[in-house]
Amino acid sequence: MSATAPARVALRLPAWRARLLLLVLLAWFAALAGRAFYLQRLHDDFLQQKGESRYSRVIELSATRGMIVDRNKEPLAISTPVESVAASPADIQITPEQTARLAQLLATSAGEVQRKLADTRREFVYLKRQLPPEQAASVVQLGIKGVFLQREYRRYYPAGDVMAHVIGFTDINDRGQEALELAFDDTLAGRPGSRRVIKDRLGHIIEDVESIQRPENGATLALALDTRLQYLSSRELRKAVAEHRASAGGIVVLDATSGEILAMANLPSYNPNNRGHFDPRRTRNRTATDLFEPGSTLKPFTAAAALEAGAVRPESMIQTAPGQMTIGKRTIHDAHPQGMLTVAEVIQKSSNVGAAKLALALPAETLWKLFSGVGFGAPPESGFPGEVSGRLRAHKSWRPIEQATMSYGHGISVSLLQLARAYTIFATDGTLQPVTLIKRTAPPQPTRVVSAETARAVRAMLELAVQPGGTAPRAQVAGYRVAGKTGTARKIEGKGYAANKYVSAFVGFAPVSAPRLVIAVMIDEPTAGQYYGGAVAAPVFSRVAAEALRLLGVAPDAPITQVQLPSPAVPEIREEV
Amino acid sequence: MMARVNLLLLATLIGCALALVTSQHQARRLFVELQREQERAKQLEVEWGQLQLEQRTWAMHGRVEKIATEQLHMRVAPASRVEVVPGAKP
Repeated sequence: MSATAPARVALRLPAWRARLLLLVLLAWFAALAGRAFYLQRLHDDFLQQKGESRYSRVIELSATRGMIVDRNKEPLAISTPVESVAASPADIQITPEQTARLAQLLATSAGEVQRKLADTRREFVYLKRQLPPEQAASVVQLGIKGVFLQREYRRYYPAGDVMAHVIGFTDINDRGQEALELAFDDTLAGRPGSRRVIKDRLGHIIEDVESIQRPENGATLALALDTRLQYLSSRELRKAVAEHRASAGGIVVLDATSGEILAMANLPSYNPNNRGHFDPRRTRNRTATDLFEPGSTLKPFTAAAALEAGAVRPESMIQTAPGQMTIGKRTIHDAHPQGMLTVAEVIQKSSNVGAAKLALALPAETLWKLFSGVGFGAPPESGFPGEVSGRLRAHKSWRPIEQATMSYGHGISVSLLQLARAYTIFATDGTLQPVTLIKRTAPPQPTRVVSAETARAVRAMLELAVQPGGTAPRAQVAGYRVAGKTGTARKIEGKGYAANKYVSAFVGFAPVSAPRLVIAVMIDEPTAGQYYGGAVAAPVFSRVAAEALRLLGVAPDAPITQVQLPSPAVPEIREEV
Repeated sequence: MMARVNLLLLATLIGCALALVTSQHQARRLFVELQREQERAKQLEVEWGQLQLEQRTWAMHGRVEKIATEQLHMRVAPASRVEVVPGAKP
């Protein structure tokens, strides 16, 4: 028997099976390679993005609104952070007790809170905006899921109603709404930025990846205003408005040499810190946006035009008797007729007939040139939004009667700011200063309007007007020589002039030897009996000038003696209305 | 010889790797610190603003004037009691 051969079963598998397996394996690899290619090359961006979104975040960097400061860097408007309570109705979990507690903390009703949280599709809703930090902290302590704080900025105005008209205010989103806050909103607001960071699982930022946009904080805006003068102007204005039971009032203090607006106060005023409904009658900056007929305060310009044209000299005589003058069908009056007056006395006593005669001796164009030269009929470009240009009609359309009435400030309308600015020609030897609310960094470029001789001559006349024998002895200031002119004008109502509604004004400057300040005061509708500019507005000028000159450290240019008021026995010079 | 070089390179590699880890850790730690200081600076700036605000509120002209006249009985010297000393001519 032969050895049993090992049972070698010749496993004869068909060759195709091996090949099939190889093929399958190759196909697997091909699929994997394909998939890898797809993920790495074709779908790469999407996946990168998805991955990044797990750890990288873009965070917003808020920009703070710039401060507004006065000329001495005293802050007048500051933004400071406050917390707003917000909620995400989509994922809020709140019990009825918590709702009640929350409502109590936010000083609203539970129903109100429920109503705000009702729409569960929304992801963001404000529950209460701008809370004090402590109150906001106690809301967080409630630990309600879906309620969170949102940091916002709120603007505060430390000067309150004293500065309100010039600075204006912002709305709840910190955007400027009025006055300079509105005009300089772009520079004040700045630009929010953002950056990309990497956060860990706990939400801590662990790496700065890139800065997408640098945040730019708002720039600080330095004003020309002086808080001290502003306060003092507004205090004296308040006193005068109360004393004369006036409906409104305004005052503008200019630096005579630089044209900067040092103070600009208005009444009635408002507190910009109390948000809510603002009454436009209170928020309007009347000194820049309201027009009035300037009345006799315009007479010095008529005199300047006549002197400049060489038509008269300061001592030329003008017949103002019998106190009236008929031009065409109309007659103009002096209620307190004088006789022969020099040009200087026409200004000192404020004679309408005298001013009209001066005006009619000139071609209309000459007078118009001076009026438009001192800035009437054009916006003063102080930087204040909405300032008015006033009404000065083209000289070609003037009729003689209009030329006559315009000489004493009727038939022409100006803002108090324009009037104050116009007086800089008498304070600076004949040059008109550009005015600005923003602090100047470079000396201004004044424009010459009249010659230095004319300006000095009119200045001497204006100094006479505040002395006994003039219309405004109450404008005098102890220790300083002052000069100025009163104005009393009937208000226009409907088509004509109202019978007993007046605007009392006084514009002057001090000290006369080297003028530093131009101060214009306007009291609207005084109803306590007195309405002459010399009795109502001039005392305000006197008190503001006295204290302002002392504050600014201006050396007295006159002996310090009590001012001379006319004795009660002698009737005061009444100006013409 | 070759083995030694390889060993040296390996040691260097490990050293570098550890240094990388350390410096990365250091960088993160410093970054967190920077972050905290920046936050503090921001907080201080906010506080500075609030203090300025508070100072302005206390120093409001109306308030100062009221205290000066009512509590301290101060007043502006009347013109009759002012003596002007002429300054030296420059």
